[in-house]
Amino acid sequence: MNHHAAVAQALAGRRIEALVIGGSAGGVDALLTLVPALPACFSLPVVCILHLPADRESRLAQLLGYRAALPVREAADKQPIVAGTVYLATPGYHLSVERDRSFSLSCEPPVHFARPAIDVLMESSADAYGDGLAGILLTGANHDGAAGMERIRQCGGLTVVQDPRDAQVPVMPQHAIRRCAPHLVLPLAEIGALLPLLEKP
Amino acid sequence: MKKICQNQVDIELRMLMEAVYLKYNYDFRDYAGASQKRRVLAAMREMDCTTVSALQERVMHEPGAFDQLLQYLTISVTEMFRDPEFYLGVRHLVVPFLKTYPSLKIWVAGCSTGEEVYSMTILLKEEGLLERCLIYATDINPESLEAARRGVFALGRMRLYTENYQKAGGSRAFSDYYTAAYGGALFDRALVRNVTFADHSLATDNVFSETHFISCRNVMIYFNRRLQDRVLGLFHESLCHRGFLGLGSKESIDFSSYANRFEHLAKRERLFRKVGS
Repeated sequence: MNHHAAVAQALAGRRIEALVIGGSAGGVDALLTLVPALPACFSLPVVCILHLPADRESRLAQLLGYRAALPVREAADKQPIVAGTVYLATPGYHLSVERDRSFSLSCEPPVHFARPAIDVLMESSADAYGDGLAGILLTGANHDGAAGMERIRQCGGLTVVQDPRDAQVPVMPQHAIRRCAPHLVLPLAEIGALLPLLEKP
Repeated sequence: MKKICQNQVDIELRMLMEAVYLKYNYDFRDYAGASQKRRVLAAMREMDCTTVSALQERVMHEPGAFDQLLQYLTISVTEMFRDPEFYLGVRHLVVPFLKTYPSLKIWVAGCSTGEEVYSMTILLKEEGLLERCLIYATDINPESLEAARRGVFALGRMRLYTENYQKAGGSRAFSDYYTAAYGGALFDRALVRNVTFADHSLATDNVFSETHFISCRNVMIYFNRRLQDRVLGLFHESLCHRGFLGLGSKESIDFSSYANRFEHLAKRERLFRKVGS
C-alpha cells in the first residue's frame, strides 16, 4: 500500500492542535525513536503516556530530555498545556486534559490494570481538543488505549496506530485497530516521518 | 454532530451538579471536569441510567440514589503511609517545630476512610506528641467518615502498609498498632482518642479553628483552579503564624494565586510553610 497517498488523504483539511502518544510494553524504545526526531521548531504540544512502574519516572524524562530538541516535562496538576513542549504522564496517577487545556491528575483506581491509563488521557483529550487532536497508539501487551482511540475518532480527531507487524508487542495495536478502524496504520519509522507533517495547516 | 453530543453531556453534567448543590447542599460544581465526568458515567452504568439527565431525575426524587451517586462523586482511594517520604519529611522537618508548642492542633482535611489519620497519629505517638494534640479529621462523605471512625482496614493491605510504615521511619512492629480478626485490622482506639471526625466541606464551609499543621493529600487534585484557590485560602487563614502544610507528592501550588503565600520546606516531600507577614 502506498503510505504517502494514505497520509495525504488522512491529513487533508485537518488542523491538528495537539498530539497524544500512548504505548506500553516496548513503548520506551518507540518513544526514544519518535520524540528525539521532532524538530526544535515543532509547534504542537505532545503528551506521551506509557505504562511504567513508579520508580522509572525520572529516568524516562531525563533520557528523553537529553535527546530531544524540545523541552520535556512531567505533566503537573493544573499545568496549562503549552505549545512545542513534550509532556510525560506521571506513573501512579491518571492524567487527564481539562476543557481549558490544562492537565489534571487523579488517584482513581487503575483502568485495564494501568495507572496512568491511556484511555483516561485520550478520552479527556478528545473532549478538550475535538477534531484538533491526533492520537497515536504504539506497541503494547494489553487492551488500554483502544477505547481512547475510538473516542478520538468519534470526536473527529486523527487516529494513527503502529503496524502490529512492526511493533515489539502487537496486542495493543491489534486491539485498537479492531475497535476504532484508525485512519492510518504505519510502521514506527513512517510515524516518525508523519509527525512534522501534522503541524502544517 | 458528535461535537454537539459532547457539549450536551457537559450541559447535563453542569445541571446535575447544580441540582445536587441546590437540593443536597453538596458542592461539586468546581471539581475538575474530566475525572468527574468519568465518575458520573460510571455511576450511570451502575445505576442503569442511559443519560445524565435520567440520573438527575433519580437523584432529585430518591434520596437513596443521591447517597449512591455520592460514593462516585467522592474519591476514596487511599492507603496508610502513602508516599512514605512525606511522612519521613514530617518526622524530620516538621516535628522538631511542633515539639516547641505546648499544645497542638492538626487538621487532616479530606480524610476519606481514615488511613491518613491513623498514619499521622501513629507518627505523632512515636514522636511523643499525640497526647498534646487535638486532631480534626474532616470529609464530606458520611460513609467514609464512619469507616474512618471504625478504623478497621483490610488485613490484606497490612503487608504494604507495614512496608510503607518502615520506609516512613517507623521503628516498631507495625502489628503492635492493630488487632487482626475476620480479615480486618482494627487499629488501637487510643490512637484516635484526641481525633474529632467531622463533616466539613472544603467547597462550602469556613475555617473552624486555628491550626499548626494541615495535611491535605491528593484531595485538591480533584478540584479546579478556582476551588483550589478557595481551599488554599482556607488553609492560609487557619494556619498559625509560620504554620505547616502538607500536600500529595504530585500536587503543586505553583499555578495558584497563593503560590507566594507559602514557601517550600521540602520540595519533593511537598511540605510547605506559611510565609510570615
